[in-house]
Amino acid sequence: MLRPKKNLLLSEIGDFTRFVVRFFREAVRPRYEMQELIHQCFVIGYKSFSLVGLTAFIMGLVLTMQLRPSMVHYGVEAEIPAMVGIAIIREIGPVITALIFAGKIGSSIGAELGSMRVTEQIDAMEVSGTNPFKYLVVTRTLAATFMLPVLVVLADGIALYGSFLGVNIYEVLNFRLFYTQVIDNLAYYDVLPAFAKTFFFGFAVGIVGCYKGYYSTKGTEGVGRSANSAVVMSSVLIFILDLLAVQITELIWHTR
Amino acid sequence: MKTRDAVIEVENLCVVFGDHVVLDQFSLNLYAGENLVVLGKSGSGKSVLIKCIIGLLRPDAGRIRVLGQNILDLDVHALDQVRAQVGFLFQSNALYDSMTVRENLEFPLRRHWLQVTQKEVDQMVYEVLESVGLEDTTHMMPAELSGGMRKRIALARTLILKPAIILYDEPTTGLDTITALEIIELIKQVQLRYRTSALVISHDMKLAQTAAERIAVLIDGKCYATGTYAELKASTDPNLRAYFD
Repeated sequence: MLRPKKNLLLSEIGDFTRFVVRFFREAVRPRYEMQELIHQCFVIGYKSFSLVGLTAFIMGLVLTMQLRPSMVHYGVEAEIPAMVGIAIIREIGPVITALIFAGKIGSSIGAELGSMRVTEQIDAMEVSGTNPFKYLVVTRTLAATFMLPVLVVLADGIALYGSFLGVNIYEVLNFRLFYTQVIDNLAYYDVLPAFAKTFFFGFAVGIVGCYKGYYSTKGTEGVGRSANSAVVMSSVLIFILDLLAVQITELIWHTR
Repeated sequence: MKTRDAVIEVENLCVVFGDHVVLDQFSLNLYAGENLVVLGKSGSGKSVLIKCIIGLLRPDAGRIRVLGQNILDLDVHALDQVRAQVGFLFQSNALYDSMTVRENLEFPLRRHWLQVTQKEVDQMVYEVLESVGLEDTTHMMPAELSGGMRKRIALARTLILKPAIILYDEPTTGLDTITALEIIELIKQVQLRYRTSALVISHDMKLAQTAAERIAVLIDGKCYATGTYAELKASTDPNLRAYFD
């Protein structure tokens, strides 16, 4: 007998939606795994800082060096700090940091939970009187949600310092003057929506990594696939969320 | 044995995955203090059975009573209380990779017994490690241990809560002959020392011969036959002869 083919995309969306709903249900119910949450904040936040910091520094430096010839051409090189500041704070800082975060943390969570699934560690946790969803998924997702905004703030600062050094390769500019130009050209609607969206980016990276790892199958091959698809799916989600954030920001503040 | 002594009662258990009937009206009792080995081929549903007993899988039909409680009717909290009295040795050992041996052993203790003091924890950890002959491994990571040592540590983790019942899922699979014999001997010692009842899932005839007081043979999802090793070996049934010849 012929059977209708299961729509894999719809099935995946349905499973993921159920997973997200379960996350919120489990997150508000006691028992709260505070100790594990703090541990995960350390693992996810502190241990990502060096990679995020390095890429942010290079990002600020390169952006300034690439931008400079065009700005000089139009005679507006004095606007470089303002332009780089807005670009980094509003868009490049949050998105690039979130993508780096997805690559490092999303894949790590996907592989860790996937490995725990295929080696029965999640089952062992359940028979040890622990709700594995609460202990593994809720803590990691919350830690990613809270830590990415912190990393983005730090990354923005480091990227601006990289930009300051980039400016000083070609001319001498006082550090205080550089930062005054950056801050003076920023409005609250540049900073607030950009900061707010990083919570959603962090949540997306955490929940997707957990979802892919938690339902990992087919042994070690499945673990690799979970890690890989966690990065791909969370990166796509970051761009979709960013698009939505920009539309919502423009709707509220008419920033155009 | 009388029915009232049963610590695990499985009645008419049915588990179906898609079109495949894994367990079909399967019934079996485990009595207090006995070592029961369930024999079956790979993929015959042995692990499914044991996971249904501990509540990791929900059967499609049937009844499972563990220590007098119908586990299919229990809420999460009540199920955890039953699980605290049932140790489970996983086929893959399921030691937490990110934790040391000591943390692995402490984990179920701290999750089930919230009021336990550090001194009591230290004492219990030492006691179970001594039971499995690995007192010096507390600070080692699971990746640093051999296959046999991991199996022993996994057994120590199931013993730390002093369970009334231990469920063993293929305890000798993947081990060399000598290590497998050591694990079989350890299973027997554990039963004597802790007075546990044990349900062992295996296809290892050596294990069945040396550790089982009673054997149940799982064929086509049903409990095909039960008896002692000698009784089953003497059978002329061709399905049983396939195991014992």
